[in-house]
Amino acid sequence: MTQDALFQTLLRLGDNTLVLGHRVSEWCGKAPVLEEDIALANTALDMIGQTQMWLGYAAEVEDKGRSADDLAFLRDVWDFRNILMVERPNLDFGHTMMRQFLFDAYHRALLTGLSNSSDPRIAEIAAKAVKEATYHFERSAETVISLGDGTEVSHTKMQDALNLLWPYVGEMFESDAVDAQMVGAGIIPDPAGLREGWESTVRATLAEATLSIPEDNFAHKGGRTGVRHTEHLGHMLTQMQWLQRAYPGSNW
Amino acid sequence: MKPDVQTIWGWLDEVPDPEIPVISVVDLGIIRDVTWDGETLEVAITPTYSGCPATSIINLDVETALRDRGLTDIRLKTQLSPPWTTDWLSAKGAAKLEDYGIAPPSPAGGPAQCPRCKSADVQKVSQFGSTPCKAHWRCLSCLEPFDYFKCI
Repeated sequence: MTQDALFQTLLRLGDNTLVLGHRVSEWCGKAPVLEEDIALANTALDMIGQTQMWLGYAAEVEDKGRSADDLAFLRDVWDFRNILMVERPNLDFGHTMMRQFLFDAYHRALLTGLSNSSDPRIAEIAAKAVKEATYHFERSAETVISLGDGTEVSHTKMQDALNLLWPYVGEMFESDAVDAQMVGAGIIPDPAGLREGWESTVRATLAEATLSIPEDNFAHKGGRTGVRHTEHLGHMLTQMQWLQRAYPGSNW
Repeated sequence: MKPDVQTIWGWLDEVPDPEIPVISVVDLGIIRDVTWDGETLEVAITPTYSGCPATSIINLDVETALRDRGLTDIRLKTQLSPPWTTDWLSAKGAAKLEDYGIAPPSPAGGPAQCPRCKSADVQKVSQFGSTPCKAHWRCLSCLEPFDYFKCI
């Protein structure tokens, strides 16, 4: 096992929570109602906290004197390793919650697997984070059901969101040479192996929400390898990173 | 002379949680270990939620409290495993929370009763509340909203 494969794996974990955490935080102060505003901000906060642990460990593994903050604020688009789904713009509240639901179901399964990692540091971070992911999943699944099985308008919005997001779910379960090394060393669960459990959870909730899963399984890929991000990530980074870019090293 | 760890646990039990000052950091169950490593006092602290902004304040408050007692050689260690659970909240802490108006965590998944009027007729408003560790509920008898300490 090379240190670089471990570094890439930690970036994939940390960049998912960093990018989605930032996206969700964009709702702060303008969500549909105060309770949802607070819930979204708290969800974002949990994910940013998890990011600090993943990227903190990534920085140690890389051993080039960079910190978690350096990784978050001073990398460019092509160095990010998050899946494409999490960098998509929020669009409406329904789309945000559908994306959160699809991600939470995956995140919970992934973190459960990682809590048995042969790498003790990964195992302890995952054991901590899975409690939060489980809590997020309860809320996002409940919201998807309420809105999907709600009014005609909310149902249509949730179905549109699912249709838009479905082509992005395949990337969660793909793997490459980095994953193969990590799976071989017992550090991560096989990504493809998570799909069956994820699908049965997601199908059950979506059925309750009276929503139909698109039949086409085409998958957009390229985020977790860094080969091709969407145009949206660069725009997001201009907001997320501008302070450290404009005033390098500035501190509270 | 080095104070014994029991004495130090007593001192730490006087350090209030910055967000919920009626309970101490010991009540909250986040102080995992207090040990002497030679002349250095090591205190292991576990975070409640990964992103809880109070974590750095808690570390500062713990260190300040120990320095005020004359200790200078202090090492604070973040301990993630096993992850914090509300099961570690002390019985004394749970009682103080309820007096303060925050329903203590309950394994049933929701508050047992309204912390003000003690009615069991309560309803969830939102799974999240004013801090990462709380949810937002309301009482259908006295009609007051209240915080519930999330059970994890």
